Amino acid sequence: MKAHLTRRYIFSASHRLHNDGMSEAENRTVYGKCNNPHGHGHNYALQVTVSGQVDPKTGMICNLVDLDEAVQREIIERFDHQNLNVRAEFKSVVPTTENLSEVIFNILKQSFKAAHLEKVRLEETMMNSFEYAGGAELRI
Amino acid sequence: MVYLTRKCEFSASHYYHNPEFTAEENQRVFGKCANLNGHGHNYTLEVTVKGEVDPKTGFVVDLKELKEILNREVLEALDHRHLNKEVPEFFHQIPTTENLAIAIWHRLQNKLNVAKLHRVRVYELPDLFVDFYGEA
Ligand SMILES: [Zn+2]
Repeated sequence: MKAHLTRRYIFSASHRLHNDGMSEAENRTVYGKCNNPHGHGHNYALQVTVSGQVDPKTGMICNLVDLDEAVQREIIERFDHQNLNVRAEFKSVVPTTENLSEVIFNILKQSFKAAHLEKVRLEETMMNSFEYAGGAELRI
Repeated sequence: MVYLTRKCEFSASHYYHNPEFTAEENQRVFGKCANLNGHGHNYTLEVTVKGEVDPKTGFVVDLKELKEILNREVLEALDHRHLNKEVPEFFHQIPTTENLAIAIWHRLQNKLNVAKLHRVRVYELPDLFVDFYGEA
């Protein structure tokens, strides 16, 4: 039988929302406080949802240890306590949480093959959260 | 179509062990959960049902009835139980969160005559949960 498993992780990173293609005034209008030249940070809560058949031998979709290791290695070590703006992933895209969601989804899609990646959810603050399912519609 | 979710909690103990595995395999696959003395969790269960809103009552489902079914079919069987030793589904199945969500779905599916079951979500920990939608 097919089930979905979701695991939650935390990391902290800083960013500044700024698009070099726009004027200083436009950047300030569009991004407001998030355009502050010195940047600011968030504690991001990341939820990774995978799906697959439950293996009758183990009762699991995939081993949680493998998922934790992949997320630790590919996402947490890459982004935790980093400035997103200076990283290669955000060389040509603004490090909004929308874009970060897509980046994280695509990295995990490439690196974690033990189960099907359904979606990632990123909470930037308690008020804002973002979900990306590789372009698919979300399931309630 | 409106979706309604009811949340409840139960506490239970379990361990993970496959008798077809060697002791080493059990340890390697299940790690700390392989300890045969067991350990426990405070589980949170979220049951989502769906349906059209009844124009007379304004309800998708009578919550009181849903609550009674949940209490009778799920909580009385699982709360403060040892899953491996007291819950028949887990006499021959490993009581992982995946299998627990599937077992709860099947316990509810036939008894839930008041609305259509949409999703069973079981949190084993605040940072780990499983969803089951009744898919083969
Ligand atoms: Zn456990």
